[in-house]
Amino acid sequence: MSDFLLELRSEEIPARMQAGARGELEKLFRREMDAAGVECGEITVWSTPRRLALIARGLPEVTKAVSEELKGPPVGAPDQALEGFCRKAGVEKGDLETRDVKGRATYFAVKNIPGRATKDLLAEAIPAIIRDFSWPKSMRWGAASISTESLRWVRPLSGIVALLGDDVVECEVHGVTSGSVTLGHRFHHSGDITIGNADDYAMKLRAGHVIVDHEERQDLIRSGAAKVASEAGLTLIEDEGLVIENAGLTEWPVPLLGRFEEDFLEVPPETIQLTARVNQKYFVCEDAQGELANAFICTANIEAEDGGARVVDGNRKVLAARLSDARFFWDVDRKKTLAEHAKGLERITFHEKLGTVADKVDRVAKLADWLVFDAKAPNGDHNLARQAAKLSKADLVTEMVGEFPELQGLMGGYYAKAESLPAEVAAAIRDHYKPVGANDEVPTAPTTVAVSLADKLDNLLSFFKIDILPTGSKDPFALRRAALGYLRLVQANDLRLSLDEVAHAWASKPMPNLAEKLADFLLDRLAVQLRDEGVRHDYVQASRSWQGRPDQRIDRVEGRARALAAFLGTEDGANLLAGYKRAANILKKEDWHGAEGEIARTGEEDPLALVDDPDMKAVIDAKMNERHARELSYTPEPAEKALMDALATSEPAAAQAIEAEDFSGAMAALASLRAPIDRFFDEVTVNADEENKRAHRLELLAAFRAAVHKVADFSRIEG
Amino acid sequence: MDRNPQKSFQDMILALHDFWSAHGCLILQPYDMRMGAGTFHTATTLRALGPEPWNAAFVQPCRRPTDGRYGENPNRLQHYYQYQVILKPSPPDIQDLYLESLRVIGIDPLKHDIRFVEDDWESPTLGAWGLGWEVWCDGMEVTQFTYFQQMGGFDCKPVAGELTYGLERLAMYIQGVDNVYDLDFNGQGVSYGDVFLENEKQMSKWNFEVAETDALFDLFNKAEAECKNALAHNVPIAAYEQAVEASHIFNLLQARGVISVQERASYMGRVRDLARGSCEAHMEKEAPVWAEKYPEWSK
Repeated sequence: MSDFLLELRSEEIPARMQAGARGELEKLFRREMDAAGVECGEITVWSTPRRLALIARGLPEVTKAVSEELKGPPVGAPDQALEGFCRKAGVEKGDLETRDVKGRATYFAVKNIPGRATKDLLAEAIPAIIRDFSWPKSMRWGAASISTESLRWVRPLSGIVALLGDDVVECEVHGVTSGSVTLGHRFHHSGDITIGNADDYAMKLRAGHVIVDHEERQDLIRSGAAKVASEAGLTLIEDEGLVIENAGLTEWPVPLLGRFEEDFLEVPPETIQLTARVNQKYFVCEDAQGELANAFICTANIEAEDGGARVVDGNRKVLAARLSDARFFWDVDRKKTLAEHAKGLERITFHEKLGTVADKVDRVAKLADWLVFDAKAPNGDHNLARQAAKLSKADLVTEMVGEFPELQGLMGGYYAKAESLPAEVAAAIRDHYKPVGANDEVPTAPTTVAVSLADKLDNLLSFFKIDILPTGSKDPFALRRAALGYLRLVQANDLRLSLDEVAHAWASKPMPNLAEKLADFLLDRLAVQLRDEGVRHDYVQASRSWQGRPDQRIDRVEGRARALAAFLGTEDGANLLAGYKRAANILKKEDWHGAEGEIARTGEEDPLALVDDPDMKAVIDAKMNERHARELSYTPEPAEKALMDALATSEPAAAQAIEAEDFSGAMAALASLRAPIDRFFDEVTVNADEENKRAHRLELLAAFRAAVHKVADFSRIEG
Repeated sequence: MDRNPQKSFQDMILALHDFWSAHGCLILQPYDMRMGAGTFHTATTLRALGPEPWNAAFVQPCRRPTDGRYGENPNRLQHYYQYQVILKPSPPDIQDLYLESLRVIGIDPLKHDIRFVEDDWESPTLGAWGLGWEVWCDGMEVTQFTYFQQMGGFDCKPVAGELTYGLERLAMYIQGVDNVYDLDFNGQGVSYGDVFLENEKQMSKWNFEVAETDALFDLFNKAEAECKNALAHNVPIAAYEQAVEASHIFNLLQARGVISVQERASYMGRVRDLARGSCEAHMEKEAPVWAEKYPEWSK
């Protein structure tokens, strides 16, 4: 058994690609070993900006011998076929064996592939790994690139160390030859480093000022940054993304703390933090009061001779220039009011078919106004909502947001505050994009809720109107996110919005088709959202209809689906579902639609909803009379009578609860049917010989089914 | 006289010239046209095409009309210098050479933190892209380092390495100066401001306020027509010059704020067509000669 070390040295690998590259290296190495039947034990992969390394422990010296059998043509087949087979299998005719296959003599080629030296296998595997390696972006370089067939790598590949045990695995890839020699830190170590084997690799590199284990560098940065912060009496604002990125930019990380002029703290802290992080990859700190401090922490790649004083001073100047820009933007932007900035939105296209951003803002303002006006988003102020909506996108044309698009909303909020607009307006501008991520907080301030809802609804309605919907993984206008944002706003604020009315208010005329499209889309997103919480998809399906149409109130579907999930999780619920399925199966088998069934063939419509229709009423009355006539024709058995009585109480109770949108109450009403339906199936024969009994009992099951359907469409429930 | 690149802007340039000359580069002079970046110099664009080795270094004045600040911003200029080095094919020790050139102008990498940070380059106008880094010195970008992969829509065969030093920035850093106009130009007290401040004031005013826009539109159209005329007569280098001209006129129109968002894409497309057309014509014209001389090469 030997340990194998592979190091692929190159010019600086982008930090963001290193994690993926480690995974790719391990995957390709395993692929090569699997193909040769070599079992890999523990594999370690490391990366620095200048190298990828892999160590595989405990490889065998020799691979296992493998025997391979190929079935050929039957004996007596034409010579041509036989020769073709031999050629393909790479065996001589005389070496073929004959075996019986289902009574027929058949040629077989048996190939015994002896074990190979693992070293030879690796010598072939390394070039294959390098050639097949997939980078997000790769390039050609050097004299060989006169042909486009030359090797591609993320940046020029300059060296390969390949050692099995203490021996070099000799190979060559496009002019790069393997060996045992590598390089240390670019500035702290000159000359070659000769590696002995996998065991001394990390140690020798460390002596050459390279910490090859990326996790160790990450730890050093994490703890080092925290340490220099606390030495300065500050607290590091943790940023794991920066830790990883800086570890990907350094082989010998040295966190250093510097100070910037306190005057810069007058610009919003978020802009300072963003400038420091995005442009310069610096950490920032806060003071004892939790306020942003005038300090930054950069991660140098050297242990400078002067302890880093020059490095810190250089970085301070760069940051100062960046912060001057930020302060310049902050000052310039505040010379105009947000209302003045908002005029610039007339020049920005929102979407070629949907007009400018100014047009969008008008639509959002109108809808926000309606949401408040109609108290859909209660307690909001009419004027504030309209004002906030009108100004909500104004910061898009400010210098600061032009430079840092991530600050949209936030900057608008600051500028609103700076020009002394009402606090509600500033908050609504600031927060109207929320919630963005799954963990983002959901607005609850009434004005903010109105603007935020209106913004999301306008995105959805506008794009749906021009038939742009997300497809597969493509969602360029982030409509799924808008939908999820809508759902979470509705949930957090307990809103009861009807999408019919929303679409009507948005378009100033009824838009039933658009509303249904929106409802369908939102319900799909709801199903996804609830599934993550453990509420099954089919429970949402069973709760989707309301009075014969897709329910226009998403909150109601949710309430119902949740109550259904809770109910079906109880013993009563599970048994009732079983009883329902049994009843439904019998009715299906007997092709019995029942009094309601003849009207409600699709199972979607609620017959009671049609009672207003005078024609329908006559039909229902006739059916009801017929049913009553049947009921009276014999004395029901006790279990039958019990079910009839239970239905007589439960059905109106359930219907009433549903009407009041008390879904737990409706489920409770159904629960009281569970014992009677179980008893009915235990004691009563549905398919009685007497036709009147049979008809009545089927009718009773149909009534049971109808009662259940009033609460939810149990036919949609799986399993 | 001894050179002092740490105290003198011109000595820094001369030190770079000495260094790259000693490493086999032709020391060229600036292209005598207004252009937005050293990459537009034919010694970069056109020479990046084809199989012939090419090593050159030169200073190129760059014009960025929209970056003008009337001489009031300490680090933004509408006219500044880039130092370009183009090495084709890219040598294996190109990074070491580059770092050595920094030492020559006084940057010690054991005192200053030098980093290669991912930064890819793309110029839709030239149909060109490459991979590389921005080189950081104590957090400041001092050089753009690019391996050209495509130029004018053609694969670079072989690939050239391009180094673009931002001279004023680098000098400010080395001289420890916070305002570009305070740079010592000659090491004897003549400042960058003495040489260029008035130019920046006047040119900013002209770029933003004065330049006659009708005449500029006219110049753009004339450059475009002349580029096509040159292409029709199979003189692609002349055509390329007109593409460079059109590109700069477009930048001036941008600074005058007379090109709307919708028109912008269309103008950029027109410049791109000129630049790419010129590169293609250059390729067509030279390809037979190149193929004969370098049998392993193909277009």
